[in-house]
Amino acid sequence: MNDDVLVKVENLYRYYDDNCVVQDLNFELRKGEILGFLGPNGAGKTTTMQMLSGNLAPSAGQILINGIDILDQPKHAKACIGYLPEQPPLYPDLTVDEYLEYCACLNRVPHNKRLTARNLAKERCGLKQMGNKLISNLSKGYRQRVGIAQAIIHSPAVVILDEPTVGLDPIQIREIRSLIVELGKEHGVILSTHILPEVQSVCSRVQIIHKGRLVFNDALSGLTQRMQSTSLLLVCRHMPEPSVIKALPDVNKVELIGDRQLRVHFSPDNNPAETLAAEVIKRGWGLLELTPEHKSLEQIFVDLTTADETSALAPIQERAA
Amino acid sequence: MMVFTIAWRELRNLFLSPLAWCVLAVIQFIIAWVFLIQVDNFLKFAPSLSGMANAPGVTDAIASPVFSTASVILLLVVPIMSMRLIAEERRSGTLSLLQSAPVSMTEIVLGKYFGLLLFLFIMLGFMTLMPLSLAIGTHLDYGKLFSGVLGLGLLLGAFASAGLFISTLTKQPVVAAVSSFGLLLMLWIISWAGSGDERYSPVFHYLSMLDHYASLLRGSFNTTDVLYYLLFIITFLVLSIRRLDAYRLQH
Repeated sequence: MNDDVLVKVENLYRYYDDNCVVQDLNFELRKGEILGFLGPNGAGKTTTMQMLSGNLAPSAGQILINGIDILDQPKHAKACIGYLPEQPPLYPDLTVDEYLEYCACLNRVPHNKRLTARNLAKERCGLKQMGNKLISNLSKGYRQRVGIAQAIIHSPAVVILDEPTVGLDPIQIREIRSLIVELGKEHGVILSTHILPEVQSVCSRVQIIHKGRLVFNDALSGLTQRMQSTSLLLVCRHMPEPSVIKALPDVNKVELIGDRQLRVHFSPDNNPAETLAAEVIKRGWGLLELTPEHKSLEQIFVDLTTADETSALAPIQERAA
Repeated sequence: MMVFTIAWRELRNLFLSPLAWCVLAVIQFIIAWVFLIQVDNFLKFAPSLSGMANAPGVTDAIASPVFSTASVILLLVVPIMSMRLIAEERRSGTLSLLQSAPVSMTEIVLGKYFGLLLFLFIMLGFMTLMPLSLAIGTHLDYGKLFSGVLGLGLLLGAFASAGLFISTLTKQPVVAAVSSFGLLLMLWIISWAGSGDERYSPVFHYLSMLDHYASLLRGSFNTTDVLYYLLFIITFLVLSIRRLDAYRLQH
């Protein structure tokens, strides 16, 4: 097995009574990767994270953390994990310092290294000034940071963050994201979210999970490729004639979307922008705007999660072939 | 080591809330009241007692009633202290901090248990100081006093273990408190049943916490009684560990 593989999940299943929440999940996390776990509510993200962190036992399948089975040797495996649940597990009656000290003890940080570990975690999470404050007096953003500090205090190989930016304001979200990118340099990070731009700005690999199944698993570049434009937005001063544009080479379809606005569809790799622009200028329609339209992550997400199962599984099969 | 870390945190957390201080103060006040009444009574009857053969001494007359009143009050108080142990952590989601740390379920349960027990022993220590203060003016039967303290200590251990187990069953601390109180009271008075029936009464008497405590208070140290409490404690601790483990498997 590759030494760089931090987390290896094989055929993971989880049932709640008869309800199958996670089925046949397989994936790997390598060192230096930030893995984005995407899915609609109730897709099984949190369940998967709870299983990875040892809070929940899988019904079937295997989880290897750093090559250690989490069921066989839970203590050794858990020592390599830092976990931030959806709701940060904070004791409101403690100060930030007391709390982090306790977390360091629980994670078996040696006595003489606790202070350094605590200071480092506080510094990385921007909590330097907050040491003496009671957790109950902190704002939501700072609590979230304490939650992250708790997860990284023993510098674990794997950091698992369950929706770390939920409920934060835009500035805090940006700070937390840059912190996650920072973490990704030294640790392997698994991040769950249903905010799509977050994945685009932070993650190096994306997994989309729907109804407990993995429907997409690729590097971010693969996702970007899927988002490649297949349409152009054309805005002119005078009303262009759709039939003329339709007759141009490489144009598949022309859609009238407003007064003097057209959407021109084409097949990938055959961008007709150049000929289109020449044609519009030749006819004197007064070119105002010609923009390639990107397929948003939202669209891909909706395509993947609403498509029937066979076509949804296609990308994985393609990759396997 | 990890057990100690969790226990110490638990104890510190208890003292961070006003509840622990309040309980300590109220209990101390009530026990002091009972203690003073007993001292007063003893002084009243001391002259007549001195003539009797085999008369009860200071320890019997004062320490035993104080300890037996304390046991009834603690029956009420321990469920209030134990209710939050696991229930609160499950409700606020902080249990996952312990569960995702490299700590076993046994360590979590023992840590929680000893944390509470430490608090109860501090309370017991303050209570013992009152009869002990009589040593300034008179001679005490230390054997009997020790037996009483041991009995109350074991009783507290048993209360705490049952409270801890009930606390693992629910996410509502108040529900845990009421249920623990019900369970403890039931075990307390179980010997009332079958008092007439020759066949069953030994069983009920063995199950009753009161009977085992009473014999220790009298100063008779029976291994049966001590074993009863130890078995009681171990049973509920094992049940708690099993219960917590089960939450990982099924929700």
